[in-house]
Amino acid sequence: MTTKLSVFCALTLLLAACRPAAQNIVPKQLRFAIPGDPPTFDPLVVNESNAGAIRDLTSGYLLRIDRVTDEPQPDLAESWQVKDGGRAIAFHLLKDLKFSDGSPLTADQVAQTLRRLATDAATTVGDAFREAHPEVSVSSPLDLEVHFRTSVPRLERLFDQFAIAPAKPAKLPGTAGPFFIAEFQPGAFVLLARNPNYWKRPLPRLDSIRIDIQSSHEIELTRFLRGEFQVIDRLEPDFFERIVRNQPGAARDLGASLDSEFLWFNQSDAKTLPDFKRAWFRSATFRHAISAAIHREDIISVVYKGHAHAAAGPISSANHAWFNTALQPLATDPQAALKSLEAEGFALRDKVLRDGTGHPVEFTLITNAGNTARETMLKLIKADLAKIGIDVKTVALDGRSLGTRIGRTLDYEAALQGFSNTDPDPVNEMNVWLSSKDMHFWRPNQPVPDTGWEKRIDELEDKQATEPSREARRKALDEFQQIVRDQEPVIYLVNPDYLVAISPLVKGMQPGVAPPQLWRSVEQISF
Amino acid sequence: MIRIRRAAILLLVAIALSGLFAGKLAPYPYDRQDRQAIDAPPDSKFVMGTDDVGRDRFSRLLWATGVSALLAPAAALCSIAIALMVSSLTALGRPALNYSIDGFTTICLSLPWIFLFIILRSELPLGTGAAAVIATTFGLMGVAGWPVPARVFTASIAEIRQSGWLMQARAAGISAPRIAIRYAWPHLRSLAMAQFYILIPAYVLAEASLGLLGLGVPDPIPSWGNLLVDLQHPDIVRANPWVLAPLGLLIIVMICLEILAPQKEVAL
Repeated sequence: MTTKLSVFCALTLLLAACRPAAQNIVPKQLRFAIPGDPPTFDPLVVNESNAGAIRDLTSGYLLRIDRVTDEPQPDLAESWQVKDGGRAIAFHLLKDLKFSDGSPLTADQVAQTLRRLATDAATTVGDAFREAHPEVSVSSPLDLEVHFRTSVPRLERLFDQFAIAPAKPAKLPGTAGPFFIAEFQPGAFVLLARNPNYWKRPLPRLDSIRIDIQSSHEIELTRFLRGEFQVIDRLEPDFFERIVRNQPGAARDLGASLDSEFLWFNQSDAKTLPDFKRAWFRSATFRHAISAAIHREDIISVVYKGHAHAAAGPISSANHAWFNTALQPLATDPQAALKSLEAEGFALRDKVLRDGTGHPVEFTLITNAGNTARETMLKLIKADLAKIGIDVKTVALDGRSLGTRIGRTLDYEAALQGFSNTDPDPVNEMNVWLSSKDMHFWRPNQPVPDTGWEKRIDELEDKQATEPSREARRKALDEFQQIVRDQEPVIYLVNPDYLVAISPLVKGMQPGVAPPQLWRSVEQISF
Repeated sequence: MIRIRRAAILLLVAIALSGLFAGKLAPYPYDRQDRQAIDAPPDSKFVMGTDDVGRDRFSRLLWATGVSALLAPAAALCSIAIALMVSSLTALGRPALNYSIDGFTTICLSLPWIFLFIILRSELPLGTGAAAVIATTFGLMGVAGWPVPARVFTASIAEIRQSGWLMQARAAGISAPRIAIRYAWPHLRSLAMAQFYILIPAYVLAEASLGLLGLGVPDPIPSWGNLLVDLQHPDIVRANPWVLAPLGLLIIVMICLEILAPQKEVAL
């Protein structure tokens, strides 16, 4: 009997020990989930959101751009000075900076990071920096200068993107931000601990952040509602509504995001595309008619449960710095759409729209399989266009097939996709709008722009990228947005809202739609 | 028992007729969207409520019955027929042939069919019509589903070949085709029916899974499979239990088929 009791007790203790630590509530520990393991902890090669979240919580930067004022703010650099008309910048660092592992953070360490960005093509944030051919010189432990061959517009903004990393590679590298990576259990969690050498001591207010790896959004939501997680970033509208019903104070709609959902027609010279369809797709009238026949307000209410805004163009209305306020979302008017098509030689007979040569107007519209929002949008668009006699064959494809068709073989007719914008500055979308680029997806890799309006967009894009004057940039971007609206090579549909859940217990969080959305003032977060 | 069997027949006939005459019985077309009634609960206008784009669930269920009640059994029948053909070759008693069939079945069992389906879909012309996509999907399921029943049939045939009554039949000079049709088939028939019943719901659910990959019955055409996709959202099920109706119908059909199954009449 004693033996059995001992075995029972031992098993009970063993089970208690094996109980997931996730069940325990640790004081002053923030907990949330990311869907997968971060593939790297090197902040300079981050190219996806899981590692991006870790970078945002752990990294230190020379300066930060305030997303409200759009002005640079000091961080590791106490001050800086742009010289030679934008061809050089001098930084003066704070005194006694250290990485989380205790190693000194001096101008030499900053220079090593910048030199790596200048030479290592594997770094993901350094393209613009590298292309300007920087040369870094250190004059004292607190002072360094970066010289460029040509003038770089808005030079200081470049340095908002570069986390300063220690030179010595490590599995869990030291950091200069408010937290460091204390433990990583692949497939289970990443534990961040307070950086004892953080320059804003006694911040951060939290002791630690535990980031669970949780691929199921359903489980993530359940654990949030149970109080095990305090934050959910980027909620689907359905999940957001469930939080509204269960914890109304936790659900926060931050308004229109910088992201956009849109469709476009393949206007390329691909041989798989019949000539008569290419002629439709290259007609601005045809594209306008399609755009006008789609009920954006229904997409907002049905797909996004009201948590989206009708898009007016390539820049979201949430991007207050660069959005052309003269643009309004396009009004839905199927009858006007039909009339404009009839003026182009199309005719509606027996509920089938035919072009001037008698071809029935039909096309395939592809999107990602498994993306519920886009699949529902396909259903609505198909029904909307059926009302003006257009037969849309909707096909949801797996990501690889979709990517191959859009990016390589060009074997498709129309596609429904979206952009997740990581930076409000439109300069980051140049690879989409320049007609010579392969990301100019509706008609990629043009040796010379084939249309006058694409030529003009090329000029405006070059201008906005190189023009130092903010007003001149704004003027160029306003004209660019108007041309995109007039030509509609991309039919913008909606800007989904940025939806998050934050437990009412969490204080000091300042969420916003611009990156790093939830983690801008992470050192101020407390309970 | 006869009454129960009659009731089962009546129920199956009613379900089949409701599917076949969905166009007459359904109050709305299967693709009519009422965007003012998204995910609406059951009421006098929509007796089973509406789906995520405001389509009448009852009308879609009737149309889906016409699609799935015909195609899933057809695909299952195709699999069973292929399995019977392949496994019956082992009855010839040639070791080399048996080894080849066994190896081929093993290879087919180990093939990652789901990836082959994805590759095939990506190679299909995008403009392929809905009927062709449906036929391809169920046809492929029918062709891909034979190895498991074939293994069962092969084992059963091996057992029959060793049985005393077969030896007696041979010794009595009864021809091989007569032995196969008159004596061996009744033993295999119940097994074949059991496999047939297993495959029907498996194919309905497989069609639902393939829908998530862009295969299966394309929207807006309804099928039991793509209607069951809503079950992945527990909140939708809680809000409108009629979402479970296709599953209920599938279970009813399976029970009816089970009641009508011939195995109870076969004396082994």
